[in-house]
Amino acid sequence: MDFSFLDVYKDSFIHGFVTTIEVSVVALILSLILGVIIAIFRISRVKPLEWFGTAYVEFFRNTPLVIQIFFFYFGLPSLGIDLSKFMVASLGLAIYTSSFIAEAVRAGIQSVNKGQMEAARSSGLNYIQTMWHVILPQAFKIIVPPLGNQFINLVKNSSILALIAGGDIMYAADEAAVDYDVIPIYIFVAGLYLLLTIPLSLAVNFIERRWAKQGSR
Amino acid sequence: MRFNKWVVSLLLIMMVMVITACTSNSENSTDGSSIENIKKRGKLVAGVKFDTYLFGYKDPADQQIKGFEVDLMKAFAKKLLGDENKVEFKEVTSKTRIKLLDAGDIDLIAATMTVSEERKKQVDFSNIYFLAGQSLLVKNDSTIQSIKDLKGRKVSTSKGSTSAKNMKKMAPEAILEEYENYADSLTALKSGKVEAVTTDDSILMGMQQQNPDLKLVGGQFTKEPYGIAVKKGNSELQKELNAFIKEIWDNGQYATLYKKWFKKEPAKELPTDSVLQTN
Repeated sequence: MDFSFLDVYKDSFIHGFVTTIEVSVVALILSLILGVIIAIFRISRVKPLEWFGTAYVEFFRNTPLVIQIFFFYFGLPSLGIDLSKFMVASLGLAIYTSSFIAEAVRAGIQSVNKGQMEAARSSGLNYIQTMWHVILPQAFKIIVPPLGNQFINLVKNSSILALIAGGDIMYAADEAAVDYDVIPIYIFVAGLYLLLTIPLSLAVNFIERRWAKQGSR
Repeated sequence: MRFNKWVVSLLLIMMVMVITACTSNSENSTDGSSIENIKKRGKLVAGVKFDTYLFGYKDPADQQIKGFEVDLMKAFAKKLLGDENKVEFKEVTSKTRIKLLDAGDIDLIAATMTVSEERKKQVDFSNIYFLAGQSLLVKNDSTIQSIKDLKGRKVSTSKGSTSAKNMKKMAPEAILEEYENYADSLTALKSGKVEAVTTDDSILMGMQQQNPDLKLVGGQFTKEPYGIAVKKGNSELQKELNAFIKEIWDNGQYATLYKKWFKKEPAKELPTDSVLQTN
C-alpha cells in the first residue's frame, strides 16, 4: 500500500476532515429540530399542518439527495437566493435527514400511551407543554436506535459535498486521485469516515443503555 | 471484553479490504486488450467522453455518441476489424478513465486526454492527434480578459483534468472549484457560482457554440497535446494506433474529419511529443 499521496495532499485532507465535521454537526442539530417540528405537524389535528408535514416528508425522503443538493446549489440562484456551499450542504442534509427523523419521532410519539396525553392535559398543561415535558422524553427513549442510524447516514451522506466542490473529505480524495492510485486513497478515506461514525455509534449505544436503565427504575 | 472483540473484527475487515485491493492491483496483464483478443471479441471497446461537445457527446436528439474522437475510433475500428460499427463506446470522465482502462473495461481512451509525464507513468500514449491549449470561458458581460484577472475570483473545472493543476501553478490566487464533469462546471458558470470555466479551448469552444451568451478569453496559456491512451505495456495496440494516425493523416481522412467538426483546416503537421518540453 502506497500512502505517499499524503505528503502532497495532507492539508487538503485535514481541511476536508474539518469541513465534514462542521457540516455534519450543523446538519445534525438542524435535522433534529426540523424533524421534531415536522413530526408534530404530521400528527396535528390542524389539517393544513398535517398536510404540510405529510407533503414535506414524502417529498424529501422520496427524492434523491443529489437532486435536492443540486437544486439548492444551482437552482436557487435563478430565484435570487444565493446560498454558500456550507449553507447548501448543511441545509440540504438537514432537510433530507429530517424527513426520516420526522417519521421516527412520529412513530415514537404515537407509541406513547394515549393516557399520558390525557392525564397531562387534564392536570392543566397545555398541548406544547405536554409534548415537551411528558410525551417527547418518553418518545425519545424509544427511538434512540433509529435516530442513531439517521445520524450515521447523515455523516456518510455529507460526502455529497464533493459534487458541488465543497472541500470535504471526499473532495480531497478526488483531488488526490488525479496523480495517485485510488485504492489506498479510498481505504484511507473509509478510515476517516469510520473515525467519525464509530464514536457516534458508541455514543448512541451508550445513551440507549443509560436511558433503558433509567426507564426500568 | 466486548470492546476488544469489536476492535479485532474491525481490523479484520480493514485487512480484507487492503488484501483485495492489493490482489486486484497485481493482475497487470494487458491480455484482455491485445489485438488478438479484440479481433476474437469482434469489437473494439473505446472510452470516450459523453459530455464534451465536438469531441465525444451523446446527441440528445437520437441518443447517438458523436464527435471528432468518436469518428476517429470508428475509423480505427474499420482499420482493425473491417467495419466502422464494430466499436462500443463507453462513457469515461477525466476522473474515471484511467481506472476503467486499468480494470480492463475499455481497450483504449480517446477522451481529450493530455499527454503528460505524470500520466506516462500510468498509461502508454499514442502519438499526438490533436493540440489544444488551456483557456477561459466567461459570460459575455464579464470583466475577465485574461488569466491575470482571476485573482480572488472563482473558476471551475472538471475533476481529474490537467487544467486544475495548471491553474494552481499559473494563477494560484484564483479560487479553484473542481466539479465532477464539464457539464457541472458549465452549470456553475451559468448559475453564477463561478465567474469562469477553465479547460482546453477545444472543449470550451464546444460549450460556447451551444451557449452564445458565453465567450472565450485569454488565449491559449498552455499547450495540451492529446494522445490515445492504452494500458501500460500494451505496445502492440500503441503501435497499431500510431500507424493508424499516420495513415489517416497521409490519406486526408484526418483533415476531412477535422473540418467536419471544427469547421477549419487542421495545422500543417501534427505536433510531436516535443511540444511537451515547452510546457
